[in-house]
Amino acid sequence: MPEKEDLLRFTTAGSVDDGKSTLIGRLLYDSKSIFEDQLASVTAASQKKGLDHLDLSLLTDGLRDERIQGITIDVAYRYYSTPRRKFIIADTPGHIQYTRNMVTGASTANLAILLVDARHGVVEQTRRHSFIASLLQIQHLVLCVNKMDLVGYSQTVFEEIISAYSDFASRMEIPDVTCIPVSALHGDNIVNRSEQMLWYNGPTLLYHLEHVQIANDTNHVDMRFPVQTVIRPQTQENPDFRGYAGKLVSGILRKGETVMALPSGFTSTITALHLPDRQTEEAFAPQSIVVELADDIDISRGDMLVRPANQPVISQDVEAMLCWLDNHPVHTGTRLVLRHTSREVKCVLKEILYRVDMHTLSRQENSQQLSANDIARVRLRTTSPLFMDSYRKNRPTGAFILIDEGTNVTVAAGMVV
Amino acid sequence: MTRKYRLNQLEELEAEAIYAIREAYAQFENPCILFSGGKDSIVVTHLAAMAFTPARLPFPLVHIDTGHNFPETLQFRDALVERFQARLIVGSVQESIDKGKVREEQGSQASRNKAQSVTLLDTLAEYGFDAALGGARRDEEKARAKERFFSHRDEFGQWDPKNQRPELWDLYNGRKMPGEHFRIFPISNWTELDIWNYIRWRQIPLPSLYFTHRRLCVRRGMSLLAHSPFIQLLATDRLEELEIRFRTIGDLTITGAIESPAATLDEIIDEVATSRETERGNRADDKRSEAAMEDRKKEGYF
Repeated sequence: MPEKEDLLRFTTAGSVDDGKSTLIGRLLYDSKSIFEDQLASVTAASQKKGLDHLDLSLLTDGLRDERIQGITIDVAYRYYSTPRRKFIIADTPGHIQYTRNMVTGASTANLAILLVDARHGVVEQTRRHSFIASLLQIQHLVLCVNKMDLVGYSQTVFEEIISAYSDFASRMEIPDVTCIPVSALHGDNIVNRSEQMLWYNGPTLLYHLEHVQIANDTNHVDMRFPVQTVIRPQTQENPDFRGYAGKLVSGILRKGETVMALPSGFTSTITALHLPDRQTEEAFAPQSIVVELADDIDISRGDMLVRPANQPVISQDVEAMLCWLDNHPVHTGTRLVLRHTSREVKCVLKEILYRVDMHTLSRQENSQQLSANDIARVRLRTTSPLFMDSYRKNRPTGAFILIDEGTNVTVAAGMVV
Repeated sequence: MTRKYRLNQLEELEAEAIYAIREAYAQFENPCILFSGGKDSIVVTHLAAMAFTPARLPFPLVHIDTGHNFPETLQFRDALVERFQARLIVGSVQESIDKGKVREEQGSQASRNKAQSVTLLDTLAEYGFDAALGGARRDEEKARAKERFFSHRDEFGQWDPKNQRPELWDLYNGRKMPGEHFRIFPISNWTELDIWNYIRWRQIPLPSLYFTHRRLCVRRGMSLLAHSPFIQLLATDRLEELEIRFRTIGDLTITGAIESPAATLDEIIDEVATSRETERGNRADDKRSEAAMEDRKKEGYF
């Protein structure tokens, strides 16, 4: 029998000195998710560094260079469970390439924890992180006002910060924002309620993470089934079996339903739906399934099954927000490989409509070039059509990546407007 | 939305793993499964079989044989190969040593763990595999916490952890130059407890080594090793017959046993859920240095 609990994926953002690693360390430590041999290893490494306290950041900084330099170089993933939920944390570095790393961490997250230092309040970095969270359509944001111990656990300081943040957040598209005053160093309001801030009646961080409603984050309206591969056993037991395997990325699919294959436009009826271990009458996102159809129509990897009455946008012209991740800049006119659902096509960067100035969040027009960590609105032209929805409406059919043809490196993350 | 359209965490992890396995199949010409005989690679093999039902498992199983195997592991492997009608390819570390490609470590702490990387890379090259699916999990070890689902290896089989491709959403980029290959980790997001809960839920058979049994063991410092002809006894070693089981299974010379009465999956799950030590806590291979896993992974280790 499967476990009843569900899964929350979250990412963390904040500047280097906001205490991000300490916060995660505290969350793991106070929820008793650190093992004795891990603790022994961190204790030994802390002593070797000449520290008189336990450096909890060593729990997540796993590479030798990270431990020597005391910085996080790459996203690390941490796991812990409470009786209510399993958590996957994408712990992202705070300084260099913060856009690249935060976009990576946020792309698979339901929730983002954003740290601010109570002494400094909402700073430029806070606004940028919020912008990225909003761009990636993170539905739940937790603003942790950290280091409350350094401002005398002052209610006034906390309220001024959340008031300043609310002004700004109301202009972003983040439906659910929760603000929590914490001290990661002393453990106030992380797992245990703070004795120092009796004026605060809201949830602790862990309580919030355990109870936040994430049920509506998957789109169960717009049925989209990108075909990953075709299963044809051609064996004696199954001479004629032909199944289309893939992930139902959004919506619900029922046996007997009429579906349309893109790009051909042919329609057919679903005769069987297979889950990994059994057949089913109804499948829903994000299940990995196999679909059998009544008719032998030509369908292969990169094609998509949809409902005739609810089709995505089918076009070779893509307007999107683009996060440029690579150290080499890109110019208009550059040819790139585009990967969207199970489809890979070539494209050209036709036009940079505007670049977002990450300091002021204002729009800068007339750019011909994008550099690392730039975010811009662009037009792309693809060699064959994509079957897409706006990222806002449906994350899986709105997201794409760009790949450099020469180096094969992933150079950009894109979101269809 | 009602509870009806929610997956619980095991169902979600299963769906994610099957998706990654199908991507590997579709994006590469000649993928294989790295099969160690341990629970994680057994789970990956089961997931891969389910991903293509009713067709046969489309990946050969590659076993890197150190020559220091538990006999139970080999029996189990052969039964599994039979059950899935799979193709088995064995890469022999002994052969690599005999051919002079790698030199055997000497001394009482000697193991063939490091030598495995050479045999593994040679085997992948010999059969032209361009992708190898493995059962590594990010929660196992701090260097593995940095891994991608699709992890690039250069023409020397090396992992460059500081220069990895960003992995966004579930859009895996398996493009590569000739001679390079990928390691695919479909169960990246699973924890040890997830593996056990999944094995119980899907009723996946396991080697008997995971369950309690009496065995003659060598107590060496904090570790407990199975006694075998491959272990050189030290003056300080103590031989004891104990009720033990294994939490991970690798080469005989490095896999630490734990004293445990757990005889059923329910008992193992209770034990794992309340354990205060990680499962690799007594793997001699990880204990060599603070960055032992990172160093081996860079050289091509799995």
